[in-house]
Amino acid sequence: MGRLEVVPLLDVVREVHHTLTYRFRASFGVGPGQFIMIWIPGYDELPMALSYLGDVKGVTVHAYGDATKAFASFKPGDLVGVRGPYGNTFAIQGEKVLCVAGGTGMASIIAAIEAFHEADAEVVTVLGARSADELIFEERAKQCGEVHISTDDGSRAFHGFAPALAKKLMDTEKFDAVATCGPERMMKAVIDLANQRGIPSQASLERYMKCGIGICDACAFDDYLVCTDGPVFTGAQLVKSKDFGSVRRDASGRRIPV
Amino acid sequence: MPDLSVKIAGISMRNPTMLASGFLDETGASMLRVHRAGAGAVVTKSIGPQPRTGYPNPTIVELDVGLLNAVGLPNPGIEEFRDEVKLSLDGGAVVIGSVYGKDADEYATVAQGLASYGVAGIELNLSCPHAKGLGTEIAQSTEAVREFTAAVKAKVNVPVMPKLSPNVADIASFAQAAEDGGADAIVAINTVKAMAISPDLRTPILSYRYGGLSGPAIRPIGVRCVYEIYEAVDIPIVGVGGIVAGRDALEYIMAGASAVQIGTAIAARGLSVFDNVTGEIASFMAERRIESLKSLVGAAHG
Repeated sequence: MGRLEVVPLLDVVREVHHTLTYRFRASFGVGPGQFIMIWIPGYDELPMALSYLGDVKGVTVHAYGDATKAFASFKPGDLVGVRGPYGNTFAIQGEKVLCVAGGTGMASIIAAIEAFHEADAEVVTVLGARSADELIFEERAKQCGEVHISTDDGSRAFHGFAPALAKKLMDTEKFDAVATCGPERMMKAVIDLANQRGIPSQASLERYMKCGIGICDACAFDDYLVCTDGPVFTGAQLVKSKDFGSVRRDASGRRIPV
Repeated sequence: MPDLSVKIAGISMRNPTMLASGFLDETGASMLRVHRAGAGAVVTKSIGPQPRTGYPNPTIVELDVGLLNAVGLPNPGIEEFRDEVKLSLDGGAVVIGSVYGKDADEYATVAQGLASYGVAGIELNLSCPHAKGLGTEIAQSTEAVREFTAAVKAKVNVPVMPKLSPNVADIASFAQAAEDGGADAIVAINTVKAMAISPDLRTPILSYRYGGLSGPAIRPIGVRCVYEIYEAVDIPIVGVGGIVAGRDALEYIMAGASAVQIGTAIAARGLSVFDNVTGEIASFMAERRIESLKSLVGAAHG
């Protein structure tokens, strides 16, 4: 169980226009891909994967809803609640690893990219976003290996979706592991590519959550719970999934399209 | 191994452990998973007439002594819930449908819906301590408990089990009111009204401010309530509140419970808690050459 810790923000960094990184200290350790529940007092408590591990931890948040927009006005010294860590980690295995990130999904996978690099794997990253001004953590990924950029609008580098660029790389180079985080239909395409080639793969999923500790059933996904069985699922699990890339649940538990 | 199968208010279960309402029971897949993990029966999330999102987060506070929650009765509504019940029944689970509502008619209508889906029994959530106008006030009136129980009994042919609140001066009188209304069994207790405050932020942590405390902290309260109810009514009792191990369940059984429910302990012990508690009860009995669980029900009464 993770006791709530109320901690001050050490710094707030604007990565790109609507995406900010908030850094803080907490007493718990955390692995790549694990998440915390972060309480934005007065607004909401949300599950967030950590974009910085280590002593000073960080979450990187795209301001899209009321709570995350309010969070964007928080300053260093302002207090937030954190509890965790929750969930599993990316398995840091493989000698030549393809990491495919889409949009803010990069925030959840960058710690794994660094962990693969530290484990002496050769890391190739495909970093996709809607446009050039929405790419995050490009420099951090470059410290770990090759980075290939895709933009949906063609404003920079490869014009198209990240899975199309990932496919080009998989057609010409041999990878023995694939990891992905981003919009679910993007991840579905990446996992399908890996499964077709028999490459072990993993994807980090996002679902609406309340408890984070495996009891409330809000994040049910097939017969898994994203909070305790995930958030990282393997290609072998996902190939059998009915929900992956198609169904999630709203706050009342109704099935709705991804 | 002793036979731990039980029959309570006509509902047969392979063992006396049930999944408490509110835990892993909003989806058919999760209820089935709990069934496969060893629960004798599963109680659904409390279902109402319409979909409901519940309260904003934070809805849960993890404490050393248990959990504080105010999720606010999220549920997909009776129509949409049909598929979830069907999935769990098709997989072989014994399903008890939990119901909430704003008045006796709503309770009866939702209970009727759940009964038509094939549930083995109905639990009435008459006591959610953190949902305004939905159960909280009902829990404070013996007359309302009697009336709501009778209204549901009039509409369904499956056993009806009101779940009572411990947040009253004399819980036994509420059990008597439920029995007068035709209840087939009593479930006790619901969570204890509670609060947690962040000293740093000078504010209650839960968005709803108040919540319900569950887990080991409330077990002695639950055991006391079941003990009092056992002396006041003739219908069977299902004990719930802070059960983590077989000996905890035995406290409830000896206080007068014929079966027990488990929820919060899933966070600490995982889904194996159902098998573990059943096994621990069986070992306790085997070591003492006790063959019938029934002989232990109410054994602590003089």
